[in-house]
Order: sequence, then structure tokens, then C-alpha cells
Amino acid sequence: MGSTSAENHGSGTTGTSGVGRRDLIKRSAALGLISVPAMSFLSACASGGGDDSGGNNTQGKTSKSNPFGAQKGSKLDVVVFKGGYGDDYAKAWEADFGKKLGITSTHTGTQEITGKLQPRFNAGNPPDIVDDSGAQQIKIDVLYKNGALLDLGEVLDAPAVDDPSKKVRDLLIPGTLDPGIQEGKVVALNYIYTVWGLWYSGKLFKEKGWTPPKTWDDFLAICQDAKKQGIGGLAHQGKYPYYINVAIMDLIAKKGGIDAVKAIDNLDPKAFVGSDAAQAGVEAIYEVVEKGLLMPGTNGLTHTESQTRWNQYKAAFITCGSWLENEQLKQTPADFDMKFLPMPLLAGSKMPFEAIRAGSGEPFIIPAKAKNLPGAKEFMRHMLSKDWSTLFAKEANSLTILKDGVDPSVKLRPGTQSTVEASKAAGSNTFRYLYPDWYSEMDTALQNASNELMAKRIQPKEWLKRCQAAVDKQAKDPASKKNHHD
Amino acid sequence: MRKGQYRFVAGFLLVPVALYLIFVIWPYIQTFGYSLTDWKGQSQTFEFVGLDNYRALFRDDVFLEAIWHNILFLVFIPVITILLALFFAFMVNAGGRSRAGGVQGVAGSKFYKIVYFFPQVLSLAILAVLFNAVYRSDGGGLLNGFLIKLGLVDAENPVEWLNEPSIVLWALMVVVIWNSVGFYLVLFSAAMQSIPRDVYEAALIDGAGRAQSFFRITLPLLWDTVQTAWVYLGIVAMDMFVLVSSMTQNMGAYGGGPDHHSDVMSTVMMRNFLYYGKSGYACAMGVVMLLLTLILSVVTLRATRRERIEF
Repeated sequence: MGSTSAENHGSGTTGTSGVGRRDLIKRSAALGLISVPAMSFLSACASGGGDDSGGNNTQGKTSKSNPFGAQKGSKLDVVVFKGGYGDDYAKAWEADFGKKLGITSTHTGTQEITGKLQPRFNAGNPPDIVDDSGAQQIKIDVLYKNGALLDLGEVLDAPAVDDPSKKVRDLLIPGTLDPGIQEGKVVALNYIYTVWGLWYSGKLFKEKGWTPPKTWDDFLAICQDAKKQGIGGLAHQGKYPYYINVAIMDLIAKKGGIDAVKAIDNLDPKAFVGSDAAQAGVEAIYEVVEKGLLMPGTNGLTHTESQTRWNQYKAAFITCGSWLENEQLKQTPADFDMKFLPMPLLAGSKMPFEAIRAGSGEPFIIPAKAKNLPGAKEFMRHMLSKDWSTLFAKEANSLTILKDGVDPSVKLRPGTQSTVEASKAAGSNTFRYLYPDWYSEMDTALQNASNELMAKRIQPKEWLKRCQAAVDKQAKDPASKKNHHD
Repeated sequence: MRKGQYRFVAGFLLVPVALYLIFVIWPYIQTFGYSLTDWKGQSQTFEFVGLDNYRALFRDDVFLEAIWHNILFLVFIPVITILLALFFAFMVNAGGRSRAGGVQGVAGSKFYKIVYFFPQVLSLAILAVLFNAVYRSDGGGLLNGFLIKLGLVDAENPVEWLNEPSIVLWALMVVVIWNSVGFYLVLFSAAMQSIPRDVYEAALIDGAGRAQSFFRITLPLLWDTVQTAWVYLGIVAMDMFVLVSSMTQNMGAYGGGPDHHSDVMSTVMMRNFLYYGKSGYACAMGVVMLLLTLILSVVTLRATRRERIEF
């Protein structure tokens, strides 16, 4: 009873305070109306202000050995994707940078690039240099379209640390800058030299008496033999259809030559439907599916699950890029003897067997609104020195895009060593698709189609149709005209 | 005096209202503003495009399909969870054999109450890891391993639970229901315990069976609680982001596969926002999500409105 009387009392006063409450709402609404334009005005100021404060405070004197005028005592904000390569290499660089130039770095190693950096980019307060990689990277095409990236031309044309008579860009492996190009400008430095293809265990092959196949028929024969012995033929990381596209798109490229690659990158109306190479490539993969030569269940496995199964000798081959060895360090048996294999050839292929998809990964970027631009540029110039490249090979067991960039004293693991040999054998026979860096949405559609193909829900014909539809849709976007793979 | 009172009330309201305005209302307003632009998410430069994003939205098959998936979740998750939770709660509280002492739960009901609550203490991320192991697509998965041992599934062709268009949504639903039933069981139990015993006893004396006492007494007296549960579960069904993005086949990013068969509004929105860089467009999706959720809560509260029974 006591409570009801209290309520009554309360409702008695609402008559008077009700006006107040309505007033409050009215006033706050008015406040809201004012604050909308006010906030957008403020944020406009914030992004505008960011431009000005860019380099002024940190610009020192320029000289031949310090071409950007990186200033001693300034601070550098470094954010590194901490994935398969760890982030110890970056810490080693930062220590060396501090010693050589007296610039101290704040180091952030993280997997959540998007979560941590999207708000900072949007607010105009980005770090100075970023390794924008991993599953949660901010897509380069997206950043570029937002005008958030520095054109790295200045760094690449600066004198190289090792040989000041040459430009930085002249000491790099040819073609490795390509994936970082947006509309003709290099805006991302893909630092790690990567090759893509098939991988196998040297130990398993020796045990079973298999020789690494050079033709698709030999590849199928090994898969069939493996199946008879209770081993899966081909494994792929089905939960991420990106990986099976490595195999499909490689087969297409080798069958049809560089023209087939360019047709897809340049959104040709006959990139898939009407392309013999595309048809042969997808039919070859579908043969593996139809004959039951996939590792059972591989379509639904994550990359780690699938790769670990392969490490347990449950499959003869797996598709991947050369980060595989680092990613699987803990799961790989000591005598596994990991080996790289270029994609075997279909009959009548235009490229030789040794040809590989080679390029660079792990894009490093300098945000256009970095606080310490000279420091960031100098840092990147040092990344492309033999000292730092060797540091990287030592800490991360991987090659960089610097030509002959690893000191011979560093002993590489077998998988990485086999990629060194494969790239030597390939020579100039390398190719690289650029569409994944340019057209995220089209890439998604292609992956989606491949997922359906591997699960036998669609046939090669339908796959070609779906991929062509994705290409045609992308071609309609006026922004696509600015990209061209020549 | 009135002036002072006004200040007094405003003083108390100032902080919560400010927090609410800054962290809830202001983002909504911003989202709506952005939804009228071609904002790309990583800078403050964008153009005003009017309602273009909304027009594109209603021609976007992936998003429209995602809405249907949310609606499917919306129908089945609350219904199944509430029915199961009600059934278990009734059995635990009033389902025991009637003895001379009156109404009680089945034997061991205290133990069940605790065990049922276990899943609720797991976070969604852990649930995803757990059920990824259950649904794993090769012989190493709990379900597949079990079925292969029983000879129901061929070891060469295990069921790819999360890669089957006709199974994936149900598989996700099982996870949510498994996780939620325990919580609602405890919620309903608490509500049931506040129902006076003598009501049941009177029914018993009148010769009511278990079914009758459930439908005639328990359910009507629990209606308020059921209504609350419905709204909460509805909100869960409208979201589903964590489970879809961390369990299903990846279409670029944030799961949603195979072939968008498990995409929900939130995953499509995030993919557009961050992966495709169509942030303005994604904001339009966010606004549509907000509207749908608002409509849902109003409809649910209206449709389930009943006379409150005092006891």
C-alpha cells in the first residue's frame, strides 16, 4: 500500500514537472540540431588540420645520406601485422633505426589492423608506417580511394642505402612493386617476396617413390596412387576459397599465357566465357573433385586445420603461398622436408613448367597524413637495405623483394630454400594477377563461385558464367578504367 | 520552489542523458547522415548522393536474402528456445510426480538447473570455437567422427555441415538455442517460483493433470517473462554476426557462405563497410537494420500485450 501511495504522489507531481520534461526534450532536440552541423564542421577542420601538421614539425635538414630530412629525436609510430612472420623483425629494425638515426619508435604488433586503424585513418590521425596485412587488413584499394596513402615514388627514387649511386627501385626484383600500384602510382610496398603454387613433403614423396609431377596427368596419377593408399590427393583451405583460386587461376595463366592473366585483370568481356584457357583450367580442377581426389572434408576446413592435416601426411599436395612454412612451424614434423612445386602443366600450355606466380606480399604503407613523414620515408628506405633485409630473413625466415637481399650466412629452412631454387629456375617466367588488389568485390565473387565448384554444386560451365558476370559487373564501374595491367 | 525542483531533476538527468545522446543517439544520426553519401570509410571526404544508397539496397540480392535469413532466425530461435526453456523449467519446478506434500520438480531438478546454465557462461567466441569442432567437415569433427563410427556417413565423403546450403542456417540455430535455453530456463524458473503453491494445489485438488496445470496456470502467469524473453531472443536473431562471421565459409570476409546462404544483415553490412570500402552504402544497411529492429520490438510488445494478473 505504501508503494502505491508513493506512485500517486509521483504522478501528482508529473503535472508540474511534465512541462519540464517536455522542455528538456525540446531543448536537447534543439541542441542536437545545432550540434549536427557543428560536429561536421569540426571534423572537417580536424581532417583539414591534419594536412598542415603533416611534416612541418619533424622536417630536418636533408642531405645525401638523409634525403628526406628525418630528424633526430623525433618519434615514429610503427604498426605491424603480427601474423605468420611475427613482429620480432620490426623490433630489430626499430632498434637499429634508433641507433643509426636517433629516432625512437613506438611499436604496435597486432592482428586487428582494421579494428585499430580504421578509426585512426578516419579521424585523420594515422600511424607513420603500417604493415597492412592479414585477414583484417584494410584493403589497399579502399585506402587509396580515400586518399589516405602516400605515393611512395619519392622513396623509390631516392638513393639506395647500400649504393647511393643507384635508386632504391633499381635494386628490387622486377615486378614486385606491381601489386602495390593503384592507378599507376606505387602506394604500397609489398615487402616479402612470395611465390604461390603447390607444396609437398619431400619425405612422403621419397617414401612412396613419387617424383614431383610436371604435367597435370602425372599430378592426377600421384593423387590416384595416394588415394589407393588411403591418403588424400589435393588438400585446400576450403573455408577460405582464396586458396583454391591459387590453383585454378595458376592453371589458367600457364595454359593461356600472360594474355589470359591480362584478360582477367583488364576485365575483358571474354576473360572467362569464351576463353579456352579458363575453360581448361577450371575443368582440370573439377576433374580432381569428380574423381574424389580431394582430401576428404577439405572444403570446409580452415587454413590451419587443412594445413595441419597435410603436415600429418593426410594429403599429398596443398595449395598455398610461401608463407606456409612459417605459418606451420609448430605443426611440421622435423623430417617433413617441405618443398615447393610450380603448378603442373596442362597439355598445350603457353608457359613452361618452371613458370610461377611470383610477387610480393605484406604491403607496407605510409599514410598521407602521417605525423612524421620524413622519418617514415627514411624507415622505408632502410627496409630496402641489405642489412634490414637480412635481419628480416633471419627473424622471419622469408625473402624480401630486395635483389640478392639475404646475406649467405643466413641458413634458410627447407621450404624457403626450395622457393629460392624455384625462382631461380623460373627466371623471368613469372606472372601475377592484380585483380585481387584492385577489385575486392569481384575477387569475392570469384572465390564464391570456386567454393560452389569444389562442393560440386555447380559445374565448370556455370563457374565460367559466374566469373564472367563478376568481371562484367566490375567493368561497368567507371573507376575500373583507371587500372590497367600492361 | 518549482524552479529548484527543475534544476534538481535536470542535475540528475544530465549525465545519463548526455551519455545516451553522445553514445547512442549521435551515432545513429551520424549513420543516417553517412548513409546519404558515398563515404568510403577511411577519410572525411565524400559526396552527397541523396537516396541512391537506399535505391541500390533494394536491388541488392545478397542483402535481401540476408534479411530473409534474419527473419528465419527471428521465427525459429525464439519459438524453439522459449518452448524448450518453458518445458524444462516446468519439469524442474512443477513437473514431478505429485505426492502428498504438494507440487515439486522432477528428481534431481537442482542438479539440472545448474547444468543447464553452463552453456550461458560461455562467450560467443568460445561457442564458435567449440561448435567449429563439432561441425568440422572431416573425420576429426565430433558429429562426423561419431556418424562415421556408426557407419552412417562415408569417411571419404563426410558431411560438410557448414558448407551445405540446406543445413548451415539450422546448424547455426542449434548453437544459439543450445546456448540460450539454460538462461531462459533459469529466468522462467524464477518466475514460476513466484507463483503461489496454493494455486497449483487447488488445481491438483480439482483434478488437473500436468498439461492442464501448465497451460491453465503456469503459462498465463508467466506471460510477462515470456514476452521479455521474446524481445531479447528477437534481438539475438537480428544480430548473429559473431557466429556467422566466425563459423561459415568466407566470402571475402565475415563468413556468409556457401554462396551467401548464411549471410545476415550485419555480415553483409560489415563486408560492404570495411572489405569493399562502400561505407556509405553500409550505413544505409545499418539504418534499415535499425528500422527493422524498432518495428520488431513495437510489434512484439503490442502483439503480446495482455492483462496483467496480480497474485
